[in-house]
Amino acid sequence: MLGIPLLLSGCGGPFSTLDPGGPGAAGIAWLWWGMFGYASVVLVGLVWLWLHAMRRDPGNISDKQAQTLQNRWIFWGGLVLPSVSVSLILAFGLPAGYPMLPTPPEEGEAVRINVEGHQWRFETSYPGTDIVLENHMLIPAGVPIDVYLTSADVIHSFWVPRLSGKQDMVPGHTNVLRIMADEPGRFRGHCAEFCGLDHAHMKLVVEALEPQEFDAWLEESRTDE
Amino acid sequence: MSELRTAENRERLEKFDRVWGNLPGWGQLAAVNHTSVGLRFVATGIVFFLIGGVLAMLMRTQLALPEQDILSANAYNQIFTMHGTVMMFLFAIPILEGLAMYLIPKMIGTRDLVFPRISALGYYCYLFGGIIITSSLILNIAPASGWFMYTPLSSSTFSPGMGSDFWLLGITFVEISAMAAGVELVVSILRTRANGMSLSKMPIFCWYILAMALMIVFGFPPLILGSILLELERAAGMPFFEVAGGGDPLLWQHLFWLFGHPEVYIIFLPGAGIVSTLIPVFAQRPLVGYRWVVLAIIITGFISFGLWVHHMFTVGIPHLALAFFSVASMLVAIPTGIQIFAWIATLWTGRVIFHLPMLWIFGFLVIFVAGGLTGVMLALVPFDWQVHDTHFVVAHMHYVLVGGMLFPLIAGFYYWLPHVSGRMPSDKLGRWGFWLAFIGFNTTFLIMHLTGLFGMPRRVYTYEAGLGWDWLNMVSSIGGFVMAIGIAVIILDVVLHFRFGRKAKQNPWNADSLEWAVEMPVSAYNFASLPDVPTRHPLYENPDLPQSIADGKHGLSEIGHGRRDIYGSDAVTGKIQEIIHLPSNSWLPLQAGLMLCVVCLSLLLKVYWVALVGLAAAVFVLLRWSWHNGAHPRATPVTADEPTDPPLHSRTFSGPGLWGMVVSMMANGTLYASLLFGWFYLWTASPQWQAPADGPLPLTPLIGSGVLLSLAVLLYGRAVARLRQGSIRHMQKVFWLVAAIGLVHVALLLWVLLSAPLNPTLQAHDAVLTVMLIYLLIHGGLSTIATAMQAMRVNIGYVSLQLPYEPVVLMPLWVYTLGIFWLGFAAFVLLPMGWGSL
Repeated sequence: MLGIPLLLSGCGGPFSTLDPGGPGAAGIAWLWWGMFGYASVVLVGLVWLWLHAMRRDPGNISDKQAQTLQNRWIFWGGLVLPSVSVSLILAFGLPAGYPMLPTPPEEGEAVRINVEGHQWRFETSYPGTDIVLENHMLIPAGVPIDVYLTSADVIHSFWVPRLSGKQDMVPGHTNVLRIMADEPGRFRGHCAEFCGLDHAHMKLVVEALEPQEFDAWLEESRTDE
Repeated sequence: MSELRTAENRERLEKFDRVWGNLPGWGQLAAVNHTSVGLRFVATGIVFFLIGGVLAMLMRTQLALPEQDILSANAYNQIFTMHGTVMMFLFAIPILEGLAMYLIPKMIGTRDLVFPRISALGYYCYLFGGIIITSSLILNIAPASGWFMYTPLSSSTFSPGMGSDFWLLGITFVEISAMAAGVELVVSILRTRANGMSLSKMPIFCWYILAMALMIVFGFPPLILGSILLELERAAGMPFFEVAGGGDPLLWQHLFWLFGHPEVYIIFLPGAGIVSTLIPVFAQRPLVGYRWVVLAIIITGFISFGLWVHHMFTVGIPHLALAFFSVASMLVAIPTGIQIFAWIATLWTGRVIFHLPMLWIFGFLVIFVAGGLTGVMLALVPFDWQVHDTHFVVAHMHYVLVGGMLFPLIAGFYYWLPHVSGRMPSDKLGRWGFWLAFIGFNTTFLIMHLTGLFGMPRRVYTYEAGLGWDWLNMVSSIGGFVMAIGIAVIILDVVLHFRFGRKAKQNPWNADSLEWAVEMPVSAYNFASLPDVPTRHPLYENPDLPQSIADGKHGLSEIGHGRRDIYGSDAVTGKIQEIIHLPSNSWLPLQAGLMLCVVCLSLLLKVYWVALVGLAAAVFVLLRWSWHNGAHPRATPVTADEPTDPPLHSRTFSGPGLWGMVVSMMANGTLYASLLFGWFYLWTASPQWQAPADGPLPLTPLIGSGVLLSLAVLLYGRAVARLRQGSIRHMQKVFWLVAAIGLVHVALLLWVLLSAPLNPTLQAHDAVLTVMLIYLLIHGGLSTIATAMQAMRVNIGYVSLQLPYEPVVLMPLWVYTLGIFWLGFAAFVLLPMGWGSL
């Protein structure tokens, strides 16, 4: 049982949420392993308790004893256990979402990139430039990026699992998702909201460059104009 | 032949059979009896389950290997949409309704549900609607935008064919049956329990079904409204969900999940009810913590209406709201925990007999708890952002729904089988079926969590090789087929048992509740006499009850009058208040169902004049239906020797009809509240909402029509008050006057609608106003027609001092019509005016 996490960590292919390449996905991956461990213990414990309760000989239990027993079981198992579990999960879990919120970064400024969903492609554009990329996105590594998401037709969802969670692209609305890649590299993304016939093929590649390289690329495109 | 029939009671029981039995041959279609209708729901549900299962197997075949093209993208999209739709709307909900309709009267010690013809109508709407929806699959034009029909994908621009229309119209048609069952179960549980069965003495299953039925009453109207609006957008171009016209696609998601989340609990609660019923029987000990469990049921019901946004965590919701809904979603763990530990405590203190149904209950525990735990994980917003719309969610929801509903349902089937067949299920084949299904299920879906974590989105018809998803999908597919074999074995087992099962003795599991006091196999009237039940465990305390019931030792054992009589009792204490006479076999439900089917089909084919004709015919049938009530010769004409203590319900001021009317108006009010929600939502949140500076509705005629309406209700109310005081003078004239005023009110309102400069196809603002006005018109018209009919009935003598029932039943409709008018006036006219002047 314990071997499974070791077996899985660092694998799972180019879309694996368990092989994080940025702070957003990393926090969630840790959260997953924590919750997975906790939930496994609860599940095994409950099933054991259930089987034991079915097998054991209760002896002669008076109604009064049963009443006390009932109150104890329901108080500890029905009230305390779920309340404590839920509080723990919320306390550790909600902060894991902070890296994905477009708050002002501690230093510098977040890079803004617009992505518009179309049936069935992602159109990436860089404010202040004429650059428009299709199913492709260049970002600087180690720098927070605010992705401004919208859609030209139906609802899509922007998701690069190794970098962060997803946000929907809804016509008429603009959602902002903070992503960041720790290191330069290639990260793959997929439309996550069913968007019609070719939904299965609506993918994109996010390429994280060294910041200088990225700046040079952006500058080069500007001079191209 | 049941062992309860003896030489002494046989003749009388055969008379009961004649009064309560269905008509022979084709006459079966006129059956209204809850046992017949309930079993039809269950049988039809099983057929749709198998259809949904075949669709699942097609999907698993396609996904078993990467880059396969056994199914085209289009076919796959139709199939996954229909799999969800069929399983949710045509299997899970109807089969649970059917089970509840079958069991509830037997458990509360009565002979039928309180509105038998409505049961039958519900069944026909379900059957016809289900056939319409599934026929789209055969024609290869099935809906293909997912079972939650997100717009704009489902709109006429992006889904131009008839697929979405099949879904919207067909599902709305089927939902008539859910609403019917909801209203009927609420009223039956509250008003027809055995004498002395107070709420706290009800079998726990009845609490679960009461909660489920109330949740249907409040949970389904948002979906019904949403479907109507989306169909209006598709067919008539009213832009409720279109950004360019001032609508918002997110409104659809809110309306859908306002229904969709309670629905999960509508499905789970009856499942949990089966668990809470079976565990004490097999532990041979009363349920530990009955009151706690009741409390847990009520809390679950309330919380489930406050969680819908957790299906929408990624659509761009303010962060504070996200945190709120995250916490609220997790709170459900508490009532669920209470129930699980009450079950464990019951097992702990009992001596458990490990029969086949208990094996399924054990399977339920493992699977449902696992699904519940991943549910808590998903309620955590950051984690949801990562795995939302992946196979992780697919796995989670199958764990919850299959664990929470299918496993208890099969446990319940095995448990109640002897009831229907008079025979016991086999143990051997049944255990094979269980283990195949259990292992197959977990092989399919446990591994699927990982597929999701490895980043595979849901609803993709194929995937690239080498992404780490290949072996996972292969394992899931193999598991899926193992489970399918398990289901086949179970069906085989059940079919064989009808022939080879050993004969069941009376109360074969030594249960405590009344449904085991009936003859086995069950008769149409359940109980030949109606006992007092002042206890939660009638059969433990009086094991001879089945025989004394059959021998006619208890109430209403007379049948010479030929009426279908049951007791009506106080909602809280269960004390007898009246004798409710129920309608007998009737063709009206089938006729109404067929007419509604014509309406549905002609809307689908856009032949609107046929739809209008069909609607008129349906209304005619329904009015005729309401005509055959009370003292009508086809119902219960006044006779000299009719019972007076307690009296027949149509001779009183408060009967099931009044309760049915009030519960229906609660459902109706939820529909209206959903419309108000839509109005305020679009007003405050729609990106391109436009409202004219001056309200488009002419104020003078609008207020005039409201004043007339108020006057009509006032007059009607006074007439009813005088009736209650024992005076019937001028009543017929007053009713005619009220109907006349109502007519003028409707005419004025119609004039407002036609004369106002509304552009419902250009502006969402005007479209909402149009729908609101039509809604008011329908209610004004309905109240007016019903009052005119009352005036006619006074004339014939169906309404009189001795028969004061119907005007009282009609009163809540008038009050409701008045309420929605002025509320609508405030929300749609006054508020925007005040806003504009600020």
